[in-house]
Amino acid sequence: METIIREDTPKTPYVKLDGGKGVVEIKGRSIPENSVEFYKPLIDWIDEYGGGPQDTTIINIQLEYFNISSSKCILDIFKKLELLFKKGFKVQVNWYYEEDDEDMFEAGEDYQSIINLPFKMIEMEE
Amino acid sequence: MQDIKMGFNLEEWYAHKLLGEIIYKYTGSISPEMITRALETVEDSPLLSKERLQTRKKVYNVFVECIQNLYHHVDAPPAGLSAGGSPNFGIVCLVHDGSFFRVTTGNFILKSKVNFIKDRIEQLNSLSDEEVRMLYRDILGNETISDKGGGGLGMLDIVRKTGNKLEYFLYPYDGEHIFFSLDVYIS
Repeated sequence: METIIREDTPKTPYVKLDGGKGVVEIKGRSIPENSVEFYKPLIDWIDEYGGGPQDTTIINIQLEYFNISSSKCILDIFKKLELLFKKGFKVQVNWYYEEDDEDMFEAGEDYQSIINLPFKMIEMEE
Repeated sequence: MQDIKMGFNLEEWYAHKLLGEIIYKYTGSISPEMITRALETVEDSPLLSKERLQTRKKVYNVFVECIQNLYHHVDAPPAGLSAGGSPNFGIVCLVHDGSFFRVTTGNFILKSKVNFIKDRIEQLNSLSDEEVRMLYRDILGNETISDKGGGGLGMLDIVRKTGNKLEYFLYPYDGEHIFFSLDVYIS
């Protein structure tokens, strides 16, 4: 499957969707006014990837900030991956947050409470 | 600005909100480009750069949410407003006010929305920190959220991140419009 790479902008994160390796990466800040416009192609890609996924899919999320409309789109990505997990594929979420960043830590906990996926919280030193 | 109606003086309100050390102030049309510029100004602020990383992040994050909330929900102002006639007219400032950072937004809303806004803010202000967190998870996990945020999640996120109550005033302006003033304090 085609690998998608989107470089970061002041309002959108760096994104890498690598179907060959089964790795999804989202890194930076996600604060666009229109999050659906940004995330829809990514969600569509994951949908398509779900048709022939790797045995293990890893999603690395390392966000500085995200706005409310992005929060729903991120949840939609997790929900797509949850479908794979339910079919018996391995899925691993790695949620990175900076040391002392309570808000990002709690955001990870929120997703962990909503979705049913193996979820690892990874603290990064400042 | 010389907009005085029904005892509400927009110029005086704005001057009062600018008391303190000003990091950012803006009056006019709220657009995605204007928001990008505003965020750059806040990010480069020497006043904020003295703060701990986590304080800077929180101020930035709350500022983003407040200004985008304004962008998505503002109503057209009354005709003939000398402060500006753009349909997306709004006011936003970020001020270092004593031991707090304060984000203030001001915008006109239609009179018909007053009860909705009032009820929503009063409800949020009545919740404990734990209730705010549970409600946030509940809305995020269960409700359909439009691209505007919706479901009150924007305001809820602001309350959650600041841990402070929202301070607001609704000033009658004319028969149709109310001026909605919102202060968010970040400690």
